[in-house]
Amino acid sequence: MSEVQTVVAARRLREARSVFIGVGRPSTAAILARMVHNPDLVLVYESGTIGAKPHRVPLSIGDGELAETADLVVSVPEMFNYWIGTGRIQVAFLGAAQIDRHGNLNSTVIGEYAHPRTRLPGAGGAPEIATGCPEVVVIAPHSRRTFVEKLDFLTTTGEHTTHVITDLGVLEPREAELTLTQVHEGVSVDQVREATGWELRAIDELSVTEPPTAEELSALRELVSR
Amino acid sequence: MAEILQLSGAVAGLVHDGDSVALEGFTHLIPFAAGHEVLRQGRVDLELIRMTPDILYDQIIGMGAARKLVFSYGGNPGVGSLHRFRDAVEHAWPRPIELEEHSHAGMANRYAAGASHLPCAVMRGYTGTDLMHHTRVRPITCPFTGEELVAVPALRPDVSIVHAQEADRRGNVQLWGIPGVQKEAVLAAARSLVTVERIVDKLEPRPGATIIPGWVIDAVAEAPGGSRPSYSLGVTERDNDFYRVWDRVSRDRDEFTAWMHEHVMVGS
Repeated sequence: MSEVQTVVAARRLREARSVFIGVGRPSTAAILARMVHNPDLVLVYESGTIGAKPHRVPLSIGDGELAETADLVVSVPEMFNYWIGTGRIQVAFLGAAQIDRHGNLNSTVIGEYAHPRTRLPGAGGAPEIATGCPEVVVIAPHSRRTFVEKLDFLTTTGEHTTHVITDLGVLEPREAELTLTQVHEGVSVDQVREATGWELRAIDELSVTEPPTAEELSALRELVSR
Repeated sequence: MAEILQLSGAVAGLVHDGDSVALEGFTHLIPFAAGHEVLRQGRVDLELIRMTPDILYDQIIGMGAARKLVFSYGGNPGVGSLHRFRDAVEHAWPRPIELEEHSHAGMANRYAAGASHLPCAVMRGYTGTDLMHHTRVRPITCPFTGEELVAVPALRPDVSIVHAQEADRRGNVQLWGIPGVQKEAVLAAARSLVTVERIVDKLEPRPGATIIPGWVIDAVAEAPGGSRPSYSLGVTERDNDFYRVWDRVSRDRDEFTAWMHEHVMVGS
């Protein structure tokens, strides 16, 4: 995950009340958002920790520091039924192995389900997180391996996807299709199209990412070095 | 009333070949010591149930002790793949493994239904996904509102095994930190074993702790450090380095097998 990608993801949480954080890298962006933009942001991890205040980026979603700093710690059935399924968590940060033009995600298999070429971890919490949380932000590396014409398996539906943040730019749904709305500094539209497995549409008044500020960069570098 | 037993005797009495076995613990409190004891006793043809298979199930699958896996997320959290799980699914090594997979919400509701002794749980989910066609889930209409929902079948494992920080001498268990689905797993199962870091004369109540009374548990066994390389909050710390090292150890069949014989299977 590039620095600019993390910084852009963190900026998405400036106004957010709460964010659900999937496994892996989205955690860095959410912690950065609490440090720089939004100290009241409620971080929610699938392990049951609500209002966690980690000082370091946790390796797993269930590291001890998350439980020790949380406002409350709940069981898995309670997490999914009372908190996620009801829409109480505003934004979800998710990753995926494959994404299609409708924002649908695959984290199950590459190849056929019965005889996969690559067996991926599986759904985890993603399907109900993506339908429960009103806004879904997908964070993914921009390549044809990930941005595909057709998913090998539809694990998670994309109807709540509001943004896809990549190392090249930002995609948002326009007329139900993910469309390029923003590129990072120095990235061309052609370069993004080249890395996308479908004929990517781009809006006319494309914006260019405001470069990371000194404050954002130093906070991010300090965070990952802890 | 729970019997306080040695770990080996408890596993021998409760876990049989062919059983459906749930070893639960969501990142935290994973019952590694008990899982290793199951392996050392040579149990085979197990139906393994667990939301997040993790390293422990990678080991059991890699040793060929499982015929089926019921799960929702088979990864090494924050690190990547579970290589033994992948090898079993992709190449049937060391034996083919049947999969029944769900989402976390589905598995959590299945345990809750099992703990309630209900046949199924009703929830929102699965609709529009390919999982709907590859697992045990059925559409159901709410008889009151007409809303289209789904039903998932209850989980009723033959045996559930969980780990906790402490128990008293009557087998009452107290655990704190991330509670996962351990209480549900114990209450859903026909038989249950809880391993603990320590057995104490009297449980000191802790705010927010989960208590599982000894009279719903079959056996309690002391197993200090029994969740390593996972952790028991307040007693041991998660060995994140081991989770990274496992990625290397588990990639190669021979290296994996040698590691297991050296570190887990000794004494069997």
